[in-house]
Amino acid sequence: MLLSPAILALILVSVTVSLMLLLASGFAIQIITLWDINSGSEQQLVLERRTYLISTLLTWAFVAELVSLLLFVYNAESMSGQFVGAMCATGVLNVNVWGWPTLFLKMIVFFSGAAWLTLNYLDNQGYDYPLVKLKYSLLLLIVPLVIAEFVVQLLHFQEMEPDVIVSCCGSLFSSESESVAAGVAGIQPRIAMLAFYVSGLAMLLSGVWFLRRKSGGILFAVMGVAVFVISMIAIVSFVSPYIYEHPHHHCPFCILKSGHDFAGYFLYIPLFVAAVLALGVGVISPWAKVPSLAASVVKDAPRLAWLSMALFAMVYAMSTWMVLSSSLTMQGVWW
Amino acid sequence: MTKFIRKQRYLIDFTLSSLLRRKTKNLGLLLVYTLIVFILASVMLFTHALRSEAGIILQESPEIILQRMVAGRHALMPAEYLEKIGRVRGVVRKEGRLWGYFYDYATKSNYTMMAAPDKGLSNSEVIIGAGIARVRWLGIGDFISFNSFDGKTYTFEVKEILDSESELVSSDLVLMSETAWRTTLGVPEGYFTDIVLSVRNPREVSKIAGKLTLKLPDTRPILRDEILRTYDSVFAWRQGITFVLLAGAVLAFVIFAWDKASGLSAEEKREIGILKAVGWETGDVLHMKFWEGGIISLSAFMLGYLAAYVHVFYGSAVLFEPVLKGWAVLYPEFHPVPFIDGMQVATLFFFTVFPYTVATIIPIWRASITDPDTVMR
Amino acid sequence: MLIELNDIRKVFNQGKHNEFSAIRGISLQIEPNKVTCLKGASGSGKTTLLSMIGCLSRPTSGRITLGEQNISGLPERFLTDIRRHTFGFIFQKFNLIQGLSVLENIMLPAYPLGTPHEALMDYAHSLLGHFGLSRLSTSPVEWLSGGEAQRVAICRAMINDPEILIADEPTANLDSKLSREFMGLVDDLHQSGKTVLITSHDPIVFDSPVINRVVEMCDGQVLKDEPCY
Ligand SMILES: Nc1ncnc2c1ncn2[C@@H]1O[C@H](COP(=O)(O)OP(=O)(O)OP(=O)(O)O)[C@@H](O)[C@H]1O
Ligand SMILES: [Mg+2]
Repeated sequence: MLLSPAILALILVSVTVSLMLLLASGFAIQIITLWDINSGSEQQLVLERRTYLISTLLTWAFVAELVSLLLFVYNAESMSGQFVGAMCATGVLNVNVWGWPTLFLKMIVFFSGAAWLTLNYLDNQGYDYPLVKLKYSLLLLIVPLVIAEFVVQLLHFQEMEPDVIVSCCGSLFSSESESVAAGVAGIQPRIAMLAFYVSGLAMLLSGVWFLRRKSGGILFAVMGVAVFVISMIAIVSFVSPYIYEHPHHHCPFCILKSGHDFAGYFLYIPLFVAAVLALGVGVISPWAKVPSLAASVVKDAPRLAWLSMALFAMVYAMSTWMVLSSSLTMQGVWW
Repeated sequence: MTKFIRKQRYLIDFTLSSLLRRKTKNLGLLLVYTLIVFILASVMLFTHALRSEAGIILQESPEIILQRMVAGRHALMPAEYLEKIGRVRGVVRKEGRLWGYFYDYATKSNYTMMAAPDKGLSNSEVIIGAGIARVRWLGIGDFISFNSFDGKTYTFEVKEILDSESELVSSDLVLMSETAWRTTLGVPEGYFTDIVLSVRNPREVSKIAGKLTLKLPDTRPILRDEILRTYDSVFAWRQGITFVLLAGAVLAFVIFAWDKASGLSAEEKREIGILKAVGWETGDVLHMKFWEGGIISLSAFMLGYLAAYVHVFYGSAVLFEPVLKGWAVLYPEFHPVPFIDGMQVATLFFFTVFPYTVATIIPIWRASITDPDTVMR
Repeated sequence: MLIELNDIRKVFNQGKHNEFSAIRGISLQIEPNKVTCLKGASGSGKTTLLSMIGCLSRPTSGRITLGEQNISGLPERFLTDIRRHTFGFIFQKFNLIQGLSVLENIMLPAYPLGTPHEALMDYAHSLLGHFGLSRLSTSPVEWLSGGEAQRVAICRAMINDPEILIADEPTANLDSKLSREFMGLVDDLHQSGKTVLITSHDPIVFDSPVINRVVEMCDGQVLKDEPCY
């Protein structure tokens, strides 16, 4: 077990967030069983007031998760000096089998937290809180994710063996190796690029459809998530080599460094926000038929869709520009 | 959207004025908060500075150090081993080094004695580190004596004092000519302390080290990268231990914050009651209170971090001096290069702002759900 | 806006040994643009009833409708929203926030609405002018006399331009001269089209010609309900 302030902080956060969610879910269970919006009883008032506490707890938990995702990557980056063969975060995540799952769980918790908060926001717009039982049942589903994240992360840090020689982005994302990551990097850049632009176009179409027909919000959300995943793959497969100007350097983390003008932030921040917003459209739009929610669905869902599409467009513009302005030429090799 | 922003601005306005109305209470909180940030940030910046300082120094050292082992112990290196190594591909330079320790009874401290053939020193001249110069009150041109291994005393003239750039390691250093070194420390001609090799391509280091152990089975290669790695984990670990020790302080602070947030005065309770009665919603009061926490946190964080920054980078970490002085008499004067690092800020955030916020959630919520009709009673 | 109460009940400390029924089945209609006074002995439930009408609390059972809308079952979040657009409150103890200036106190209820600052300032100043307080706008409220504090409280109640004004024992802290002055102000408000709802056991209030109707309460029930002309 390696003990550094950043690791302590990450463990502290995941413990605290788990406890916060357990507390919130305790209240949630009470609400699910006892809620009666038509009652004027004092108990109902107490429950109603607890919903404020639950939302507050979840908002902070979500913020903490977001910062901890960043810190996790930074920490992996900074620990790369402590492992033989590790040159960046990739190497540290490869120290044991728990590294990547931790990262993915953090991302999943982030997205489910965002989706839940959107649902919560929508429900608070309806004077009869029509989604109350649904949203608190869903909240109970997030708890195991958060606890899993805590456990997996703890294992990741606990089983860190500084003597292990790890494979880093050079070998992990090289086309010869057999890992999943290599599979991602080894995808023909031509195919990755095709998928990247085609899926982007499809998402744009589904967005336009949604905005004009006021239906298909869930399809839009699915497209958004798909584009998010494909964009990630595209970044590993062909965008990052162009940024590094090195045809075999596929790494999703090194682009966050100053040496590459922090290019990663310009891709990841809009990409994450856009995906969250698209997810929000999917969460909000199915409720247009509930009378007390109809007004805010009609008002908010198109807004989210617009914003999400704008940010996705930004990701596409950014990556296209990065590819075009790079001095790496792969004409004849990749296409 | 603009309405939302306007509303937040009103809330912040109100929060600021209510903070100012309760100066003494909030000043106390701010002070304690700032102190916690200051202590943690100082520890972080300081250990990080030590680590990067060590890294900078090691960056200039050779890639491989070869030591001879006899019966599992470090032994003198025969000069002929240099020839035995022969030509190894990728090695650009190889040479034997002479170094050792000298215990000075007068100051009760250890000096690192090193032969420096390339400094052009005569047999009666030395170059000393700034730490030695300080404890022995020496300047250039003064004289310093060392007792040799066979009981004789040799006196040297101080030709130069090493500048304090990298004082961390050079503080206790004494450089002399090879002959003077051998005469004082008693290592016979034909032996070195160890051999250092410079390698051009860092990727080849471990391959070369493997070849060396095959050629000279009684030697042990030490790689610079390995030392760096050890340093990294040792420093991170040390920092971690310090933080565990400071966890008590953070916990005390959290309890203090909880107490402050839940112990609302009658005055404050009445105020929240009035706000709710005149049309503020529970959520508005919550927002207002979190703005309050945010403003306090931000001020404390900035003030504490700034103070720690000044303390470590411009004040030579004076508050840590007693601790370090206990470790070594030749306490180096220490002027690390200032830096700010995102990971440190995020870590610090999780040790200060995050616990503070979590500790205040429930008290703030309790205050915000005051019955709006309380003021009518 | 017509306010309609239908068999309203309010029970405190439900299910505990000190359970207490403060309002026991009140049905009432309060017409718009009238001045109505609730009178009754101390403890008869006037304040409790007023706070339910003003969306400060919810009845245990029964229906309250405000115009078209049934407000008795609404969660607090929405009650507050209706309250701040529809009601202005004047409290017995004025309840101004110490340490803030008169102007800031007046603008407080408008903060959560996010009203543009310029417009809000203008309106606040015009209110202050109307009630003869312009001179005091920057003074802290601790300096005010009882009558001035009362008028500041009225300005605050008016800042969101509510349709209905609710005053709980507004004259309890005033001498008889100031009480009569207050009734004059109530008359002005009535003339300008507001609905006013007052509780009081002060004869200056319920015998005043300004009052259109007096509802007498006893032990949480309506005893007498008579129009005054
Ligand atoms: N929160 C509460 N918990 C328990 N009992 C309460 C509560 N609020 C009011 N009561 C009780 O309800 C009854 C009615 O109170 P209310 O304040 O409405 O009387 P009131 O008519 O306004 O009296 P006054 O003229 O003295 O102001 C009182 O007996 C009071 O003790
Ligand atoms: Mg009363």
